[in-house]
Amino acid sequence: MGELRLMKGNEVIAIAAIRCGGDAYFGYPITPQSEVMETLMAERPWEDTGMVVLQAESEIASINMVYGAAGCGKRVMTSSSSPGISLMAEGISYMAGSELPCVIVNVQRGGPGLGTIQPSQADYNQATKGGGHGDYSLLVLAPASVQEMHDFVVLGFELAFKYRNPVMILADGVIGQLMEKVKLIDQRPRWTNEQIAEISGSWITVGKSKNRKKHVITSLEMDSSIMEGNNLRLQEKYNRMKAEEVRFEAIECDDAEYILVAFGSAARICQKTVQIARKKGVKVGLIRPITLFPFPEKIISEYATKVKGFLSVEFNAGQMVNDIRLAVNGKTRVEYFGRMGGIIPPPDEVEVALHQKLIKG
Amino acid sequence: MAKVRGAVIVDTEVCKGCNLCVVACPTQTLALNRNVNNKGYHYSYMENPENCTGCTNCSAVCPDSCITVYRAKIE
Amino acid sequence: MSVLADRIKEIIKPENLVYAKSPVLNDDIMHYCPGCSHGVVHRLIAEVIDEMGIQDQTIGVSPVGCSVFAYKYIDIDWQEAAHGRAPAVATGIKRVLPDKYVFSYQGDGDLAAIGTAETFHAVNRGENIVMIFINNAIYGMTGGQMAPTTLVGQITSTTPYGRNVDLNGYPLKITELLAQLPGAAYVTRQSVQNPAAVRKAKKAIRKAFEVQALKKGTAFVEVVSTCSSGWKLNPVDSNKWMEENMFPQYPLGDLKDSSRADADLYRIKG
Repeated sequence: MGELRLMKGNEVIAIAAIRCGGDAYFGYPITPQSEVMETLMAERPWEDTGMVVLQAESEIASINMVYGAAGCGKRVMTSSSSPGISLMAEGISYMAGSELPCVIVNVQRGGPGLGTIQPSQADYNQATKGGGHGDYSLLVLAPASVQEMHDFVVLGFELAFKYRNPVMILADGVIGQLMEKVKLIDQRPRWTNEQIAEISGSWITVGKSKNRKKHVITSLEMDSSIMEGNNLRLQEKYNRMKAEEVRFEAIECDDAEYILVAFGSAARICQKTVQIARKKGVKVGLIRPITLFPFPEKIISEYATKVKGFLSVEFNAGQMVNDIRLAVNGKTRVEYFGRMGGIIPPPDEVEVALHQKLIKG
Repeated sequence: MAKVRGAVIVDTEVCKGCNLCVVACPTQTLALNRNVNNKGYHYSYMENPENCTGCTNCSAVCPDSCITVYRAKIE
Repeated sequence: MSVLADRIKEIIKPENLVYAKSPVLNDDIMHYCPGCSHGVVHRLIAEVIDEMGIQDQTIGVSPVGCSVFAYKYIDIDWQEAAHGRAPAVATGIKRVLPDKYVFSYQGDGDLAAIGTAETFHAVNRGENIVMIFINNAIYGMTGGQMAPTTLVGQITSTTPYGRNVDLNGYPLKITELLAQLPGAAYVTRQSVQNPAAVRKAKKAIRKAFEVQALKKGTAFVEVVSTCSSGWKLNPVDSNKWMEENMFPQYPLGDLKDSSRADADLYRIKG
């Protein structure tokens, strides 16, 4: 029960995929997340649980294999890193448009282009604002520990099927490569055909029995009035996510005069920054968005009237800061501090930035 | 002596008047009608029904699956 | 005249029925242009599914292109894939439902241009799927642009002076290339321009589905087809043009009929 192991974030993604009863993984190697498929291949889950693991010829093929298998009601996932996610953007848009559940892991590296294999959070906008074409949103979870890498695979599948929507786990190279203690769930069985029929029987393509109408997985609709209706239904779904799925962690915010906002590995650094600042007598708190979409705008809006300012700390050029500004809506100051290109700032550098940009400024 | 006789029914509203069945018909049974259907197509019909042997060549080439074929031995 | 009418009435009786549309094909009027080969191939697939009794076990994957709406006409479960990705989508389905019948249906632009990688690798893996390839040497849906299979000198809306190899390269014989892959079990090129060809094509499609049942590797059926609208010919003349111009470049017949290659032929020694 609750086996305790020391593992890499990427390895844990693989183990969690098997243990939560995943049906299939399709992927393509890319640094810094190749251990996900390597671990799956080494574990050979097809012999035990029957889970399919297949190395595709590209990320484009991977996501479309995910599309096909997801359309059969299976619990399917893929993982990649930034350039690979760009290649998947088309397929992700199709999956959102066709309302197919799946889990996509992005262990981010620095961009643009081939960029660097070092960690980054520069795909925040891509992940939270769609990333592909059309009006759609992914439900985005941002793990800050190896344990959360594990837990969010399990949670990701639950949410993907609850909303019939792709879920993205937006990790980064730090969390992917980090080794930490992790408590693993016990092996759960894969869904039986009967369970799949009960959960998704109204839409899956598994062969049309005599007395039911054919099912078609598609995002295509030529009639504008119907297509607008499809879009409105998607928006209604995203609004439901906003109402029901916001997750965040607020650390030492109650008496805070300044609040750092950071997700993923940046939040781990900021946790230390909070301690350093408080030792110096500055009341600093930290809000860590766990869901990046839906964004925890309400809690930020609430604190906006209580604090002197927010500092968004991101490993990018300032992406989440815009969502914070929208939530704050001019009620207090919002500044950004970040590094790019794979540079991870130490906690005291963040503390200095807090002074320069908010306290002194 | 028994003779093989055929007949076809063309679903005239489905027919697009592509003429492929007319060309495929070995007995010159079929032709395109002077009249058109609601879509404006000159639909196929049995111009010479007495020629039909029910060979199904017309239905084989029909892209719109709008031809039904019957065949009988007539004494 | 009434004697004749009576005689026809005598013939048109249920017991004399020799051909009727398969119930696996539904009653929706197809959106294809008059004379389009897609309609015939759709019908053949429906008939094969019907005759093999696998309607409840078959999942089709439709492409982007004229046949994007294939799912409207054949009464089975379908997935509509992104442009060129049908073989990957079919792979995803087949891998999680290995005992179902899965087929992709793609045009030349979808299969041999934008989806070349997915096509090759699905066949190279020997995916136990059927791939139906409609080659009419032109992009139909977008309005008659050059396809990878467009013939040299052929006029399209993006080769208004004819396909020029210096600019556009050569017609892609993708079926010949696929036949070289060890994962391919059955590779054939057919056509549907006359009754004999239609009957042969149907046999080939049936065989492809049977190969899938035996899990012998990928079964690939090219159907050399017409596009009257794109070629700016009437359907009958399109067939003639196809016979004169397409068949020499894309000769009909089986290119491979065996089974996925033995892995030992490719195994490392050490």
